[in-house]
Amino acid sequence: MKPRIISVLAAALLVGLPVAAPAAPATVTVHIKNFKFVPAALAVPAGSSVTFVNDDQEPHTVTATDKSFDSEGLDASQTWTHAFAKAGSFGYFCEMHPYMHGTISVKAPQ
Amino acid sequence: MKRASFLEHVGWTGGGIAFAMTASGTFAAAAPGSDFTFVQISDSHIGFALAANPDVVGTLSATVDKVNALPQQPAFVMHTGDVTHLAKAEQFDVAKNVLGRLKAPLMAIPGEHDAIGAEGAKRFATAFPNADAPDGWWSFDRNGVHFVSLVNVFNFETMGVLGSKQLDWLARDLAPQKVDTPIVVFGHVPLYALYPAWGWTTEDGSKAIAMLKRFSAVTVLNGHIHQIITQREGNIAFATAAATAYPQPAPGTAAGPGPLTVPAPELLGRLGYRTVSFMGAHAMPADRSLQNG
Repeated sequence: MKPRIISVLAAALLVGLPVAAPAAPATVTVHIKNFKFVPAALAVPAGSSVTFVNDDQEPHTVTATDKSFDSEGLDASQTWTHAFAKAGSFGYFCEMHPYMHGTISVKAPQ
Repeated sequence: MKRASFLEHVGWTGGGIAFAMTASGTFAAAAPGSDFTFVQISDSHIGFALAANPDVVGTLSATVDKVNALPQQPAFVMHTGDVTHLAKAEQFDVAKNVLGRLKAPLMAIPGEHDAIGAEGAKRFATAFPNADAPDGWWSFDRNGVHFVSLVNVFNFETMGVLGSKQLDWLARDLAPQKVDTPIVVFGHVPLYALYPAWGWTTEDGSKAIAMLKRFSAVTVLNGHIHQIITQREGNIAFATAAATAYPQPAPGTAAGPGPLTVPAPELLGRLGYRTVSFMGAHAMPADRSLQNG
């Protein structure tokens, strides 16, 4: 996904075409339900916030694979919001149930 | 795999005679003259307050009362983890206050709920200081029994892992033990692949089990799954314990693991603790519910 965006961006710059501005930063919600992150793969513009909502009765964490963020324990019904300022692909998992995985793809601003 | 229920045990223990389930799954009387016993309690989840048990402090406290009322006080009480629900300092404080009422000495190993976040494992170590366990795991000998306490919740990205450092330690620890020495192993997450789809397994547990195979009488006691399930592999008997907090569904009977809400009158029958006596070299676990035990 990301390499394609970058190559399209680069091609557009090379030929001097106007580049469409990415969607404005927003707050997007990821639900944690039945031991899954929903959606497990999410793309957002840089500067967006992602709110994680634990819909399970069991606690979960939202922990970055690279340790750049960590919700720590989210109890049932608890929410946690993280702002993604920089572009990149951020894999994360639940520290208590490490088979639960998700990815936030943060798209660079123009 | 055998799912044991408290009801079976309650029927046998009702007469005040201690019966225990043997490794073969039949019932036999525990040696009446046995004077060495210990108790396992597990999964207290202090901080939990949903419908599955709105009063986890109350049920832990009731467990402590039952253990204190045992006619023969155990040599020690081992808590096999998930003392707290979210590893918060105040949850450890409450748990310590309740467990502090035990007459017998308390030992504890962490569950994954006790090790959440950057501070969880440190808070656990502060709440239950153990000079013999600088890395979390340790062993000790009582009455000719070699006890090994393992930690399988400290690996960050794969839960249910012992890790090479602990496995190396285990190999060194077991090396001088004689073949006929009774071995009892504690750990939070089941050591064998009980139900991997729900994370009820220790990824490198088979390496530990391989080291235990040469001994003639090994008992592995775990928590984590909030229900009693027994299993046998050669000379190794496995038994998970009931929780003091709330039951969880039987493997594969729900969308996932997690708190199971049962009708209120049934709850105490699903919670409990385990006394363990010895018949010769063989550990004889006896599960007791909070309802009747």
